[in-house]
Amino acid sequence: MITINEKPLEWREGMTVDDVLEAMNYSFSHIMVSVDGKYVAEIDWDTFPVPDEAVVQAIHIFHGG
Amino acid sequence: MGDLFTRNVDGMTAALRGCRIAIAGCGGLGSNAAVSLARAGVGSLILADFDVVEISNLNRQHFFQKDIGRLKTEALADHLRAINPEIKLDMHSVKIDAANTARIFGAADLLIEAFDRAEAKMMLIGAWCTSFAEKPIVCGNGLSGLGQSDQLKLLQAGQVYFCGDGTSDMSAGLCSARVALVANMQANAAIELIVRGSAT
Repeated sequence: MITINEKPLEWREGMTVDDVLEAMNYSFSHIMVSVDGKYVAEIDWDTFPVPDEAVVQAIHIFHGG
Repeated sequence: MGDLFTRNVDGMTAALRGCRIAIAGCGGLGSNAAVSLARAGVGSLILADFDVVEISNLNRQHFFQKDIGRLKTEALADHLRAINPEIKLDMHSVKIDAANTARIFGAADLLIEAFDRAEAKMMLIGAWCTSFAEKPIVCGNGLSGLGQSDQLKLLQAGQVYFCGDGTSDMSAGLCSARVALVANMQANAAIELIVRGSAT
């Protein structure tokens, strides 16, 4: 089991950041992802491994400043 | 500097005097955050913005009628020195991109993200975290619309801190008070990180 934005998600072998976002139906155009507190660049989402019991944060970034 | 910082919280003045904070963008978030950091006693700021002051900026940005047409970095520098003449300022009137982020901001202990566009925010977070995996970046995220002060919060994701409601978009319009609230949340988070030793 992993945690994504404080919600539980079943973990499976070989899970990547892309898999997590797809499972959560996160399809926003601007998302910042960290896994266990480490920033993960978008270019690495399809290969970055998400370990069991990981804490994942996926933050939707909005315009405005 | 005389009595400028005598009302500061104990231990805060010495910690801030020796630190350097960078601010990417000198608009609604950046200009207001910079003023609070200067008043708090931050010794050195790196300021970056390629734009000039326009009349439409004055509803939320720390500029005045006489600043219209001036580079934001130069106008803001004057206002900050009017608060604290001893503050050290390193100004860059250039567009920030992934290639120059580390060079321009690398000497800072902490970076405040103060851009308008989500794409630019994403670029800056990526460039900073890739170059400086241990240094904090404090971002503004969700500051549009009216009221709802109770929805504003600080969220940490590793070295990245987000201030704002995390939901509102610029299409809702920008109100002076709400933008300044989030700018000051960013400044407040930065000060706390520096004083508590999490950013040096």
